[in-house]
Amino acid sequence: MNISRRHLLVLLPAAAVAWKFVQAGTPEASPNYAMGDHWWGMLIDIPKCIGCGNCVRACQTENDVPDGFFRTWVERYHRSDFHLENPEVISPDGGKEGFPSVKEGEEGKYFFVPKMCNHCADSPCTQVCPVGATFVSPDGVVLIDPKYCLGCAYCVQACPYGCRYIHPEKKVADKCTLCYHRITKGLTTACCEACPTGARQLADLKNPKDPIHEFLKTHTVQVLKPQMATGAKAFYNGLDGSVR
Amino acid sequence: MAKYFEDGRAERRFMKDAAHLFRFAGLFLIAFLVFWVIRGYVVPKSFGQYGHYRGSALGDIAAHPAKFAGHDTCEACHTDIADTKTKGKHAHVNCEACHGALAVHANDPTSMTPVKPDTAVLCARCHTASAAKPKDFPQVDPADHSGGVPCQTCHDPHSPAFEAGPATATAAGGAK
Repeated sequence: MNISRRHLLVLLPAAAVAWKFVQAGTPEASPNYAMGDHWWGMLIDIPKCIGCGNCVRACQTENDVPDGFFRTWVERYHRSDFHLENPEVISPDGGKEGFPSVKEGEEGKYFFVPKMCNHCADSPCTQVCPVGATFVSPDGVVLIDPKYCLGCAYCVQACPYGCRYIHPEKKVADKCTLCYHRITKGLTTACCEACPTGARQLADLKNPKDPIHEFLKTHTVQVLKPQMATGAKAFYNGLDGSVR
Repeated sequence: MAKYFEDGRAERRFMKDAAHLFRFAGLFLIAFLVFWVIRGYVVPKSFGQYGHYRGSALGDIAAHPAKFAGHDTCEACHTDIADTKTKGKHAHVNCEACHGALAVHANDPTSMTPVKPDTAVLCARCHTASAAKPKDFPQVDPADHSGGVPCQTCHDPHSPAFEAGPATATAAGGAK
């Protein structure tokens, strides 16, 4: 086959476009989304959290999470001045309807800690699955294939952060998908959309323009249970040492 | 040894003894082929596409319908509100943080008219004073501050601060 220079000039961009589609792979519904270009995480800014429970309600609405189960929830810590290692933690109904008021001048330090799946890069939950029903996607999101899940709950036990549960009706493991159906369409997660103070920020670690990089450089950021080496990607700013 | 195999009797006997091994090997081969064919039908084509899981599960999960439209979608039509908001304290509070999930309205505005939230309840959810909240976050005791009067009587929820606020009842941060 002879290709003239003119034809090559036409073919090259066409091939580039085609290659973009090859890279994009699934999800087919979002042809412009290339999984290889993203590595998702979450930034949680504790000093900004007011414990309003907007994220919990938004998540339950967006993802049809059954009552009494949580893909994200908010905990209120009370770190006493006298028992630093034994904080009092409450989370009434996952913090969905907020928290009881605390009077000014109470002893100790109060703060809110939103919790969710950490979307670990070396996740213990995916390693224990006997049937390949849970996995880290190529863009760094820990997901469950409900058609493959047997409901054995090994992963529920394996998660060090308690982020999984067995769905009461579907009888399969369920968890935060980092709103995979939204982030693949260029939207942010439901919890980030509903957060009034910007305490939650979706972060794309592969995007050099994402503000997460500057934030990680300029702030003291920690992950939960770093000693477990799970490769957690939920980054907490201003995390108190008493948080478990 | 040479004498032993001379008439071939022992060799024939060895083959006779070994024959059942070959039959077993054949059975194993057939069973393996049957397994391989069934496996080909049962295991989804996309299994192993990206790893030890069903690749098409990603598409299934991504097909979940979104219920929050996203503030960009809201602001495309409600430009007046967006303008008010950008000037005020609530510039970075997304529409659906207060109004709730409204993708249904965004997809077809005539299909439903969103109900306006009750500000007496809505505002209190964030702004009720509590020592657990960050000190620089504006907080009030609703009963003391307004006595149950809906907040929008005085404040514009889209831009809540007053230009020259009343001397009393300020919510400038810290539990009051």
